Amino acid sequence: MPLQTTTRIAGLFQKKKAEGRKAFIAYLTGGDPSPDHTASLILALERGGADLIELGVPFSDPIADGPVIQRASERALQAGTTVPKLLTIVRQVRQHSEIPIILFSYLNPLLRYGFERLARDTADAGIDGVLLTDLSVEEAAEPVNRLREYCLDTVFLAAPTSTERRLQLVAEHSSAFVYLVSRTGVTGEQVSLSQAAAPLVNRMRRLTSLPLAVGFGISTPEQVAQVAEIADGVVVGTAIVRRIEKYAGSADLATELESYIKELTAPLRSV
Amino acid sequence: MTKSKDMAMSSTVAVPDALGHFGRYGGRYVPEVLMSPLEELEHAYLEASRDPAFQDELKRLLHYYAGRPTPLYLAARLTQNLGGAQIWLKREDLLHTGAHKINNCLGQILLARRMGKQRIIAETGAGQHGVATATVCALFGMQCVVYMGEEDIRRQRLNVFRMRLLGAEVVSVANGSRTLKDAISEAMRDWVTNVATTHYLLGSALGAHPYPMMVRDFHKVIGEETRAQAIEQMGKLPDAIFACVGGGSNAIGIFYPFLKDESVRLIGVEAGGKGNKLGEHAARFSGGVPGVLHGTLSYLLQDEEGQVGLTHSISAGLDYAAIGPEHAWLHDGQRAEYVSISDAGALTAARTLARTEGIIPALESSHAIAEAIRRAPLEPESIFVVNVSGRGDKDIDIYRENMPELDV
Repeated sequence: MPLQTTTRIAGLFQKKKAEGRKAFIAYLTGGDPSPDHTASLILALERGGADLIELGVPFSDPIADGPVIQRASERALQAGTTVPKLLTIVRQVRQHSEIPIILFSYLNPLLRYGFERLARDTADAGIDGVLLTDLSVEEAAEPVNRLREYCLDTVFLAAPTSTERRLQLVAEHSSAFVYLVSRTGVTGEQVSLSQAAAPLVNRMRRLTSLPLAVGFGISTPEQVAQVAEIADGVVVGTAIVRRIEKYAGSADLATELESYIKELTAPLRSV
Repeated sequence: MTKSKDMAMSSTVAVPDALGHFGRYGGRYVPEVLMSPLEELEHAYLEASRDPAFQDELKRLLHYYAGRPTPLYLAARLTQNLGGAQIWLKREDLLHTGAHKINNCLGQILLARRMGKQRIIAETGAGQHGVATATVCALFGMQCVVYMGEEDIRRQRLNVFRMRLLGAEVVSVANGSRTLKDAISEAMRDWVTNVATTHYLLGSALGAHPYPMMVRDFHKVIGEETRAQAIEQMGKLPDAIFACVGGGSNAIGIFYPFLKDESVRLIGVEAGGKGNKLGEHAARFSGGVPGVLHGTLSYLLQDEEGQVGLTHSISAGLDYAAIGPEHAWLHDGQRAEYVSISDAGALTAARTLARTEGIIPALESSHAIAEAIRRAPLEPESIFVVNVSGRGDKDIDIYRENMPELDV
């Protein structure tokens, strides 16, 4: 289901391809450690070299997340983070930056907000797409239709356990790119890149021409370089959130984050 | 009840649909990692349910190991004291391990073995499902890990020890409300990680398809027996059936074979807790709106932002923010009625049953008993059946705390 216009995300991957480079996708939980921090953290991620932001909507019961992102969700909810506040944050970012932003969420907070209203308000705020961790393609028709009406990209996850039939469905429901989960498990850093990543990329390449991003368990420049060899985008989440947690009370939080992203993205600049 | 006729007539064949929907409820809302494993599980279950060898083995275990059929017992003194409806008790509390939970555990462990899984994980609230899971794992020599909220571990210590005695590992969950909800989340995280080797033995009629259907089917023996026993012992069907509803497994088990019997009222009893505010109860139909938690769409206690609400019940087994999707469908179609009973009401009912019939019920079941006791004087001509889903041994500490006058 291609979109009518070139979205910011599609534009990003086209540009990267033309340059022969790979995209760095950075996840952070919106509102962690508080909503006041998030806009400046997104800008710090961009200065560090992030090409696309996955803005996490905190949820009370994050079943696909490991302890680090669970704690981030708790901090964000404690600090009063809501969907309307995240939209305000994106509006602030848009005064300074055109970096593509995807809303990354569990279904229920957005279901409660209402997809018609969500599509209108997120597009209006300058969000470019939506990824829903626990929305299977089987249940996705209604949300996808609403979001597409407002030219928002929809990104679905593919997993090593997915059958060929399911990979096909995931590709069909995705626009701009497909997110490949490198291993079975919850979010969190791993010592080495999963053996399951490359075969999944190869299986998916045969089914779609969309760019492929790989995430889950990536936390070092070496792993970023490894993923960049096989995929079009590299996603880092938990390692970033861990930095935010570590420097949460510090005035240096944004600069620390920026220099960490510079380290992580160094292999992508030299490729 | 004419309004419900069409739905009731179609209910046993039409739901769930191929994707696990009960009307708009149910379905499969999980990370993609779990989608293929759920499809495999569904396939294996449907195959097993058509396999006479599987059914025979399950039937044999239910009879010789678990102790089925359970009696349908006329509570004559309770009936006499209330001076109203005749009250019969379906004695699931007499099953091995002390609650209905063993029905589903025996079914799923046979399925897990058939699928070649070596490791079993489960969640538990009151500990009854955890004990039943640990029991069947011991019986089949499988590794067993049970996730349980820290708060529930505190209030159900006896069951924690029972699980350990049976060889299970009990993992304390300190996240969120530290109750059933968080135990399920942690079990799902384990399953996402170890899905190749592990079967998630979910204990209620909740979660992603095929769980609500499969758990219902493994418990429908409760209603099938009740129906046959009623005809044999009463000469007719009862007028109303009462069951407590946490996730809703014992309730759907006894309700399901009666869905087509329009004259039989089905009454689910939720936990009214200690008040009406969010966080003080687990009455999903009065306080919840449809939402998605743990893989299924159903009535869900949540705040304005779609964050899952905290719950309270004196009974750990009813202390959960969502209700099984088939109950949501029966509720909207008005085929079943759902009410709530407070903590205090459940305690009173437990004491009444203990002193009139010599049966100490589980706190969960006490909610259903309380509603039957409340209605009995209003319907002198009616026959009630109450599902006594579990026995009260595990709750003795809580009964003691709440009846200090007896503990001198």
